[in-house]
Amino acid sequence: MSFLTAFVRSLPSIWDGIQITVLATLLGALLALVLSFVLGLAARSRHLLVRGLARAVVEFFRGTSLYVQLFWLFFALPILGFKLVPLACAVLAFGLNYGAYGSEVVRGALAAVPRAQWEATVALNMTPWQRMRKVILPQAWPQMIPPFNNLLIQLLKSTPLLSLITVSDITFQMDQLRSATGDTKAAYLVLLVIYFVLAYALTLCMNGLEALGKARLGQGRA
Amino acid sequence: MLTDNPARKTSVSPVSTAVTFDQVVKRYGDHTVLDHLDFEVRQGERVTLIGPSGSGKTTILRLLMTLERVTEGVIQVNGQPFSGLPEKQLRRARRHIGMVFQQFNLFPNMKVLDNITEAPVQVLGLSRDEAAERARDLLDLVGLADKADVHPTRLSGGQQQRVAIARALAMRPDILLLDEVTSALDPELVQGVLDVLRDIAQATDITMLCVTHEMGFARDISDRVLMFDGGRVIESGPPERMFSEPEHERTRDFLGAVL
Ligand SMILES: Nc1ncnc2c1ncn2[C@@H]1O[C@H](COP(=O)(O)OP(=O)(O)OP(=O)(O)O)[C@@H](O)[C@H]1O
Ligand SMILES: [Mg+2]
Repeated sequence: MSFLTAFVRSLPSIWDGIQITVLATLLGALLALVLSFVLGLAARSRHLLVRGLARAVVEFFRGTSLYVQLFWLFFALPILGFKLVPLACAVLAFGLNYGAYGSEVVRGALAAVPRAQWEATVALNMTPWQRMRKVILPQAWPQMIPPFNNLLIQLLKSTPLLSLITVSDITFQMDQLRSATGDTKAAYLVLLVIYFVLAYALTLCMNGLEALGKARLGQGRA
Repeated sequence: MLTDNPARKTSVSPVSTAVTFDQVVKRYGDHTVLDHLDFEVRQGERVTLIGPSGSGKTTILRLLMTLERVTEGVIQVNGQPFSGLPEKQLRRARRHIGMVFQQFNLFPNMKVLDNITEAPVQVLGLSRDEAAERARDLLDLVGLADKADVHPTRLSGGQQQRVAIARALAMRPDILLLDEVTSALDPELVQGVLDVLRDIAQATDITMLCVTHEMGFARDISDRVLMFDGGRVIESGPPERMFSEPEHERTRDFLGAVL
């Protein structure tokens, strides 16, 4: 059987694999985004305890390998009596790991908003929450997007780990095709192309978001 | 709140005092900027602060705006002490005070109109429509009625500063703090901003504390000029006297250099 016929015949399962990969990427990114903001805001808290806790969480999840975190959630957690479905393990591991990196992005972008902007919000007697939501965050987020995009693509490229915990992602499906056809070159070449196309699609989306944010700030072509 | 009775203007009763600095000390590390500073500003009074660079004029306004905290002493606004209060109560004190900054500090993420309406909506609880109406009146006052839907980054410095003045006034403060509001502007834009402030001084009874190097403007609008040096007020008086026959040596030197 030629590689091409086998490839065409397994298109439905390849498509399933792409969907799993994209789903895990998006869910992981969503959790990472939420954690980025929670930890990034906590890192700027007035309370030492909150700052310290955020710091500890960030250092822990940045400092331990994603691979080990995932295996811990998948193999060790059930021993403690908590069994999660494999996809949930993956989403949790991606979220915690990339959320730790993302929180540094949030913290840096917030710190880059000029202090004078904060002073103007104080002079207008806004509450801390209003300052953040109406003035500081809208100015910070266009700056977050390029580094977030990097993290998102890295997250996508971490998803082959899914195939190690029994999830049938695109890497798993292409590996099936590789062993069925024996054509390692072609199978992995197709896999490279698929990841590239997915990554590029994500980049285009993020560029759009960045342009939107900048237009709101009156920069770029408004 | 009682309105200011002109007949009692000289006797300082607690009600008619807008701002009191009582033995205020401000230090940065071991550098003492304000050294047991005492002064009062009556409600409706226009006071100009002058003094050499580094004498602490900006620090005084920033302390009043609660952007800095006093090291020692007490600041009162409308008879209420507020130095050292927690954030919630600071917000009550801030309600009376508005500030215009040297660098305008408009919000680049909002159009001109939203810069002016956001705080009245969020903080004072005005409806969007009420706030927009108030904002358009103010834009009219500062001569920028046609710029409501423009991004602040598309305005000249002078126009930005006039928007910033409108933004501060939209909160209806009793006390307006102006820190060298024209010194970041090109010379040809200064006059427009000063004219707006003159109009406001004439049309309202808002208390003004103003730091400026524009002595002509200071003479026009102030009731009183305070000369700072070494962290204290070394001389004060009505502008006519201060500018024509300053008593203090340091005031003479300073005015000789700027006039
Ligand atoms: N955050 C700070 N940390 C340390 N020192 C400060 C700080 N802010 C102000 N200072 C110092 O306090 C002194 C008074 O500063 P301030 O800005 O009030 O002076 P000023 O009278 O407004 O001067 P200018 O006319 O140049 O604006 C200066 O010596 C300045 O270096
Ligand atoms: Mg100054």
